[in-house]
Amino acid sequence: MSARILEVRHGILKKNDELARGLRARFREAGVFVVNLVSGPGAGKTALLEKTLSALGKDHAVAALVGDLATENDATRLARSGAPIRQISTGTTCHLEAQMIGDALAGWDLDALDFLFIENVGNLVCPASYDLGEDLRAVLFSVTEGEDKPLKYPTIFNSADVAVLTKIDIAGAVDFDRALAVHNIHEVRPGLPILDSSARAEPGLDAWLAFLKTKRAEAFPATTPA
Amino acid sequence: MHELSIAVNLVDVAVREATEAGSEQVSKVRLRIGALSGVVRDALEFSFDIAAGGTIVEGAALEIEELPVVIHCPQCDADRELPDVFRFRCPVCGTPSADIRQGKELEITSLEIQ
Repeated sequence: MSARILEVRHGILKKNDELARGLRARFREAGVFVVNLVSGPGAGKTALLEKTLSALGKDHAVAALVGDLATENDATRLARSGAPIRQISTGTTCHLEAQMIGDALAGWDLDALDFLFIENVGNLVCPASYDLGEDLRAVLFSVTEGEDKPLKYPTIFNSADVAVLTKIDIAGAVDFDRALAVHNIHEVRPGLPILDSSARAEPGLDAWLAFLKTKRAEAFPATTPA
Repeated sequence: MHELSIAVNLVDVAVREATEAGSEQVSKVRLRIGALSGVVRDALEFSFDIAAGGTIVEGAALEIEELPVVIHCPQCDADRELPDVFRFRCPVCGTPSADIRQGKELEITSLEIQ
């Protein structure tokens, strides 16, 4: 039998993209603003999220999904904030996919939420390819990681909507060159907003929290109190 | 490494499309992957053979077209191809631009079926 060519034009991750589109529509309908936190292991996603849930939780309904290869340690830590938390154990999978988010949300009343945070698996490569239906993708970058991190992982920085510099309170102790880090981020993603943060000391999370509230207000102008 | 997961998706799509077209054997899969797709070519090629095993795609050749990043330069008002993914500036005038016109592709373009 002779060979023939079949034109296809099919995105390989179309299934994930379609599920993500469905999730995005659900989130939008429910009025919940969704943030996907990505970073390498140890950049401080859980510490940032712990403080964020406590601070935002005073005036808003917040919840989080936490992805890890194994253990429920992060979920246990985050549950101390009082916010509803669900752990997604990915087993050997190095990233979260839209399907896992949809499954983890079963039984949750999204209408009751203002913010939903998704803590991705600590990995600067794989999560870049998977849309989870989020409104905002935040890449965390700690001062201990080296200023050239954005140049080593351009795809994830390029796919992000904001970069959060974490552990900025110890920048001096590790000779972190902030100007160089900012330069490198902007080389791979011109114009990306960059926020300083510390989960333990000044300047705290003020810039990050204000950014989140502004973005939510932009996404849901009618439902956010003035 | 998420290329195995990508390869499994890729084989699923190829099997479905080929089956719908009445084919029982795929001999070649053509892909386009952008420099910003987050996929490493070698890892994908390695994973493809594993994912294709036991399906009608087993033994198929994988032909990958790699696409460079193209940005739109607001200064030149022109699309410009970048030599790498570390510097999002117009290679002609140096203006930074995040207006990406090509480079995120991760798609099957065609199948050669028997």
